[in-house]
Amino acid sequence: MHRREFLKRAACISGTALIGRGDVSAEEAHIHADRYGVLVDTTFCIGCRRCEWGCNEWNKNPNQPIKNFEDKTVFQTVRRTHAATFTVVNRFKKPDDGTPVYVKKQCMHCENPGCLSACFVDAFRKTEKGAVVYNPDVCVGCRYCMVACPFDIPAYEYDKPITPRVTKCTFCFDRISTEGKVPACVEICPTETLRFGKRQDLIALAHERIRNNPRRYVNHVYGEHEVGGTSWLYLSAVPFEQIGFRTDLGKKSIPDMSKGFLFMTKVFEVIAAWPLVFAAFYAISKVKDRHNKSGTSSHERKTDEHGKTA
Amino acid sequence: MRERPMNTARQPDRASSWIRDKVFLGMSFREYLKSNMTVANGIAAIILAVAIPVMVYRLVYGLGPSTNLTDTNPWGIWIGVDILCGIVLAAGGLVMGTMYYLFGMKQYHHFVRPAILTSLLGYIFAVFALLFDLGRYYRLPYPMVVSFGLTSIMFLIAWHFALYIMALFVEWSPALFEWLNLRKLREFFSKLAVWATVFGVIIAGGHQSALGALFVIAPGKLHPLWYSELLPVFFLISAIIAGLSMVIVESVLTHRVFKKQVEQFDYAEFDKLTINLGKGASAGLIVYFALKVFGLAHSGRWDLLNTGYGYWFLFEILVFVLLPAFLFAYGARYKNVRITRWTAVMTVIGIVLNRVNTSLIAFNWNAPERYYPLWTEVALTVGVITMGVLTFRWIVNRMAILYDHPDYESMH
Repeated sequence: MHRREFLKRAACISGTALIGRGDVSAEEAHIHADRYGVLVDTTFCIGCRRCEWGCNEWNKNPNQPIKNFEDKTVFQTVRRTHAATFTVVNRFKKPDDGTPVYVKKQCMHCENPGCLSACFVDAFRKTEKGAVVYNPDVCVGCRYCMVACPFDIPAYEYDKPITPRVTKCTFCFDRISTEGKVPACVEICPTETLRFGKRQDLIALAHERIRNNPRRYVNHVYGEHEVGGTSWLYLSAVPFEQIGFRTDLGKKSIPDMSKGFLFMTKVFEVIAAWPLVFAAFYAISKVKDRHNKSGTSSHERKTDEHGKTA
Repeated sequence: MRERPMNTARQPDRASSWIRDKVFLGMSFREYLKSNMTVANGIAAIILAVAIPVMVYRLVYGLGPSTNLTDTNPWGIWIGVDILCGIVLAAGGLVMGTMYYLFGMKQYHHFVRPAILTSLLGYIFAVFALLFDLGRYYRLPYPMVVSFGLTSIMFLIAWHFALYIMALFVEWSPALFEWLNLRKLREFFSKLAVWATVFGVIIAGGHQSALGALFVIAPGKLHPLWYSELLPVFFLISAIIAGLSMVIVESVLTHRVFKKQVEQFDYAEFDKLTINLGKGASAGLIVYFALKVFGLAHSGRWDLLNTGYGYWFLFEILVFVLLPAFLFAYGARYKNVRITRWTAVMTVIGIVLNRVNTSLIAFNWNAPERYYPLWTEVALTVGVITMGVLTFRWIVNRMAILYDHPDYESMH
């Protein structure tokens, strides 16, 4: 941490200690025009789950031979991410003709992430490249990030007794930082489902695809506006709520929901402080008056003392 | 210290006589042990015999085997009950401190010290329980010294807890110094107490509401009948109600259990004050109920009232908010202290129900998997509460909590 940054934060902390001040907004620090994203076109996905294999491989999660991922029985339940599983593919059925729709699930890498604002030790960071990454070195394990995440992505290593970590997709930030490298899942995808690029370009591309094939897609790029926008974007042939997405999340980012409260608390604590301090003065002076009047107290020593200070 | 002859002549005995006086309540060790062979202590011993091994088990094997927590349900009863209920029921110190020190309601003198002690222990044991819930409990001070998540409501809560425990300690410490016979320190901290109260009032209001604000960021997970942008206000007002009700409940309990300490006690006055506290709680409950209705009107989800969750919601706010509001008022109107006391019990149950609803029952209501506590989670929670009660009793038996110390002028 730079010295200036440290001083700024130290000032915020002392402010917080006294009056609950201090707040560094996420977007000012991190949002970068050239940040990356991935466009997931669910209409191309064949459910081969190679992305799961590739993800495990790169992130050194326990893995199985790639052949085992052809097993279709896992689709019988809708799965979510877990401690050693950063991405899963789920199968849904189109309501009209019952044809399968495969949907990859992983961290959406929000533009303004809820996990980041929820973390009380600042363990999350939105990098310039767009990835939301987690730092286990400061994590206390309160798991509020898991509560805060509207997509239910962060998982916890519950079975580690001493050094459990929150785990989630890293956007392969260690790969995409190198020019020309794409996330492991994107690299292995045998279809056109996953497309890595600048987020702005991907949004333009998504809308272009919808324009060119209005009968193939619903007119909605999921992630363009949801909870303030996400780095990962989705296209679908059916309404998103039918393929496991929450469409009731709104456009307001999760951090914006707590901002108002934090601000109000600071204001309240500053404003409320003064009348209370005066009330205390009043209370003390009244006590002293009473002490002075009741001169015949059995506790003479004490009364004298009060007399002196009054 | 009592008027007993000090063993000034025989120096070596002084230490043992001090222990005898202060720790064994003037009994020999054997007598003291014997006096502790009671049914209540037997129950406590059984609870702790289960709970302490569970705590060790949690530390050795981790959260996985010792809880039912999952990736979808990251918070269980250790947050929903130990923290949310523990802290709201510890609001008595906030309420009594404000009334006594700041509003100058000196007639509540006898309620103040027990309320502050209850709050202090409530907070300490809530944080103690929290240690078992934190994945890396040994990093508890990290938000204070290592890394600062300034945008987090949890950050505000962590700081406020730490500071408020200190403020409560200062408010309570005169009793400690009277017990230790440290006159100068006692005087100093007595004077500091009113400032600690001011500081405490400011930050207690902040973090009681912040506990509600924790859920404001999860509109997609909390049932719409419980979710509201007013959650911080709900939590703050219900904390004040809980504080008043807890003072009533706890004063009845302590006066039963520690009868000998309150022999010269004006019971008529005590009943009158209890009824007045109930009156305050009644007003609080009415405001709370009105705000709940406003919150519902704002969300406009009246349709949800006619669902299973809707009936549960109505049960909570009609039986445990509106009804006690009337019962408190009835108790005040007809000077019926029995009704006031039972209503206080009911109100406390209602607020516990509200916290459990917000954090566990109505939370993740739409999730594919629901959470139920594992028996070990329940055992640990009951164990921590037992430890708190035992500590409370240990202190009340030794320090001037329920009465004024005869050697000291009462505070202020």
